[in-house]
Amino acid sequence: MPALILLGLFLLGPIVWSIIGSFTDATLTGITATSPDWVGLANYERLLADPDFPLSLWLTIVFTVLSAVVGQNVLGFLIAFAMTRADRRAATLAGGVVIVAWVLPEIVAAFVAYAFFSTDGTLNQLLATVGLEGGNWLYTAPMMAIVLANVWRGTAFSMLVYRAALGEVPPDLIEAAEIDGATGWQRLTLVTIPLLRGTIGTTLMLVTLQTLSVFTLIYVMTAGGPGNASATLPVYAYQEAFRFGSIAFGTAIATVMLVIGAVFSVLYIRILSRAEADR
Amino acid sequence: MTAVARPTEPAARRTTDRARRSPARPSVASPRGAVSRRLATAALVVVGLAFLLPLAWLLLAAFDGEASYQTRLPARLTLDNFTAVLTPQTTFQPLANSLLLSTATAAITVAAALLAAYPLSRYRSRFHRGVMYGVLFGTCLPITAIMVPVYGLFVALGLLDSMPGTILFLAASSLPMAVFMTKGFMDSVPLSLEEAAWIDGASAMRALRSVVVPLMRPGIAVVFVFVFLQAWGNFFAPFVLLLSPSKQPAATSIYTFFGQYGSIAYGQLAAFSLLYSIPVVMLYIVASRLIGGSFALAGSVKG
Repeated sequence: MPALILLGLFLLGPIVWSIIGSFTDATLTGITATSPDWVGLANYERLLADPDFPLSLWLTIVFTVLSAVVGQNVLGFLIAFAMTRADRRAATLAGGVVIVAWVLPEIVAAFVAYAFFSTDGTLNQLLATVGLEGGNWLYTAPMMAIVLANVWRGTAFSMLVYRAALGEVPPDLIEAAEIDGATGWQRLTLVTIPLLRGTIGTTLMLVTLQTLSVFTLIYVMTAGGPGNASATLPVYAYQEAFRFGSIAFGTAIATVMLVIGAVFSVLYIRILSRAEADR
Repeated sequence: MTAVARPTEPAARRTTDRARRSPARPSVASPRGAVSRRLATAALVVVGLAFLLPLAWLLLAAFDGEASYQTRLPARLTLDNFTAVLTPQTTFQPLANSLLLSTATAAITVAAALLAAYPLSRYRSRFHRGVMYGVLFGTCLPITAIMVPVYGLFVALGLLDSMPGTILFLAASSLPMAVFMTKGFMDSVPLSLEEAAWIDGASAMRALRSVVVPLMRPGIAVVFVFVFLQAWGNFFAPFVLLLSPSKQPAATSIYTFFGQYGSIAYGQLAAFSLLYSIPVVMLYIVASRLIGGSFALAGSVKG
């Protein structure tokens, strides 16, 4: 089974390495780079004592909740819902633009977002037309910039999933509700959304997991700065490992991320298998 | 993206679906329907414009001789930016590296995924159920989280700055998703054809190669394109694992370019980005046609 060897060496390998490495004092350069010593829980003690860690954890939660759970998910649903009733050409074109932002290579998306929020960027041009003046948003409001950028980049996924799911809602149920006198809002909240509960659950999980691991967008736009003001966990781990040279400490952060990711994955699989059992 | 709008067979099928569903509501039945239709259209136009705005910079700056971060119509349209970046060192070498990296990754992943999906799809057992959950679990793990330990592992194995090493890592990280997709496509190949092959004396490998694979060619193409796109767009893995400039794929060479000349040559940066992005947008369109709708690729999650 070549697949198993490949997985074992390059996927399971790093995970095991991550757990072992986080108990050593490995560094990027110097003697400890080649022959690290066992230091037990020292990295985790340092992690808990480091004021940057809770900050980074908090920023990761803010980033994930605002850009994925609220932004991409809700906006994606609304776009998909609007698509079912809007003019078909408008729906196709708007959907196409949203998808392009998602299909672009992440580094290009990151540059585009960087240009958009920079001092002479498009956002400030727009603000200038209504008489407002903005500074360098990447510096003054880094979290807002990366959250909006990630909504721009990632909404397509939720939109596509919800569009397909909305297409499968039986129209007779909606019509029955309409005959019973339900308003549009009631039809949406009492019929459509409950029917899509399973889809909403899985989409939320997937979007959350993807957002937890966003690195390139943030790294190119703000590099976690100014200071640590936008350093989510992946950026924080990278900085500690490669800029400050402590591979082991970065590895400890990676292990924490893996545990968070694993918890969400298990939750996701449980939702899926329950949905399967219901069927 | 007008290309997406042109109706093909599957697209046409979708529209009849919608035609069956929606006009029943807005038309004559209720005047409220027409209002909501107009509202929905207006909302979509606003959303479309908002999503287009950041992209407009990329398109306009690439053809602007004196581009900055401002979005504006170029004073004079020019291809200078393209001629400036279309040199072996800036564009061709990195794009060739990207092509090598992505093609090799996709080929290895597809081959391994076929072999792994075959028993999972054809035999039922408790063990396989566990494996499927394991595969699903693998698709969910945040790959960026493991880049630092992967770097450590690559140092220990002496694979740092090695193209084959990077390819194998990329292949392994996209394998769980590929197995999942391949199994889905394989499940729809009827078992009876293979049983006929078995009766004729074909081995399992032989049946896979000459019966199953030819039947699921479109599915394999989709998996290939999907893995290819992921590898093509991946920035973090080559950024960490490849060191020498001659091995850098376009994703990381753009970043270097940005660091060195980004503050001066916005137009060239935009031009290079376009050259690098257009293949994936085209491939995406091809793949979504192939599968009869843009949804199927979404089911297979990026990242």
